[in-house]
Amino acid sequence: MICVVDYGVGNLYSLTCSLRHIGAQCVVSKEERDLREAERIILPGVGAFGDAADKLRLLKLDGLLKELAAMGKPLMGICLGMQLLFQKSYEYGEHAGLGLIPGVVRPLAPTLEAGAKVPHMGWNSLTFQQPKDGLLRGVREGDYVYYVHSYYATDCQQALVATSVYGSVTVAGAVRNGNVCGTQFHPEKSGEVGLTILSAFAKGDALC
Amino acid sequence: MLTKRIIPCLDVRNGRVVKGVNFEGLRDVSDPVTLAKYYNDSGADELVFYDITASAEGRPLFSDALKAVAAEVFIPLTVGGSINGLEDFDRVLKCGADKVSVNSGAIRHPNLIADAAKRYGNQCVVLSMDVKRVNGQFHVFAMGGREDTGMDAIEWVKRAEQSGAGEVVVNSIDTDGVRRGFDLEMLKAVGEAVKLPIIASGGAGCREDFAKLFELPCVDAGLAASIFHSREVDVRELKQFLANLGIAMRTVER
Repeated sequence: MICVVDYGVGNLYSLTCSLRHIGAQCVVSKEERDLREAERIILPGVGAFGDAADKLRLLKLDGLLKELAAMGKPLMGICLGMQLLFQKSYEYGEHAGLGLIPGVVRPLAPTLEAGAKVPHMGWNSLTFQQPKDGLLRGVREGDYVYYVHSYYATDCQQALVATSVYGSVTVAGAVRNGNVCGTQFHPEKSGEVGLTILSAFAKGDALC
Repeated sequence: MLTKRIIPCLDVRNGRVVKGVNFEGLRDVSDPVTLAKYYNDSGADELVFYDITASAEGRPLFSDALKAVAAEVFIPLTVGGSINGLEDFDRVLKCGADKVSVNSGAIRHPNLIADAAKRYGNQCVVLSMDVKRVNGQFHVFAMGGREDTGMDAIEWVKRAEQSGAGEVVVNSIDTDGVRRGFDLEMLKAVGEAVKLPIIASGGAGCREDFAKLFELPCVDAGLAASIFHSREVDVRELKQFLANLGIAMRTVER
């Protein structure tokens, strides 16, 4: 059973549909018991980092997620959920993340060349940094995934599993630190490639 | 590398696609799920569902159709048509839409774009505008292209960008249905005014029209309806054709 963390950030319909589509059982919940009982946890998220981090804290999910991650439970963050796994973000101020993966989230705009569009939105190809990572099982280098984001993870060289190039920026597409992993792109919106990645996580292949 | 996008647009009335795809292999040509799967398998990068249901009673049928599509097709879905307030955003997002496009609703309700962007994020709000030349100026038309608002399209799209729109669909009434190519002049004018991703609509007649379209760096996507549905242009073949020309395209295997 996968627990999709429901902390009031974004729309979970497509994600739960895609998990059911690949045959994974899932529950959408913010209850401590469900998170503890789940074999794996997915932390989704759309919106602003600061708001999302506050909501996790208010629901007392930040400590719980850290505790469960430390116990070795596989945890996958998607989009903003991935960004929350890092140490901090500079989205509208400075906000602390869960600190489960070393790295810092920064805005794309100052690094991009003038005239480049933000958000980075659309299908972009993957370059593998850790081709043997289980998250990429069944995925080929050059496959396309769907991104929508204006901030990106930096200073996370050790965690990079796959990247995409947008203008002058190398975007952290998929990252991992032990049992904690994440994707900046939306696997639930990335067609067959995305479903393959979700399956890899759901079936536990993602554990190195 | 970020690709250019090809987007089929489907008109839906009372939960059924109005102009079905002309394809022998499909059993039910007006079933939204069948068509969405067909386009997904062809490599469409995104789908737009336009709700043209006239009555409020038909609205739940659209919601049900959208839910059914989102449960089986995992690419971005944009919904437009009859979006007049946040409650409409809420309704379609809950059914699996990723983006919502506003047209006349944003003209009637000046705060709609800003309010929606604040609540759901810029990436969720798409401005769709129907534009026609009037006395040498680009005018925004409302009510499905029937009513000249007198508003300057360039000013309108700039205002929408400032309000928080995340993307713009430019539908040229002048080239729509003519099938002699997209309105490159109009698209260029919009591209020079804003930094938003631009989706071009209106005028595609053949695959070469898309090749010409993507020579404009400011254009991110090409949207069409009837030429895809009639299969005069096949999405899979089109994408392969464009990829062979060196245009960044996501292609899928059979």
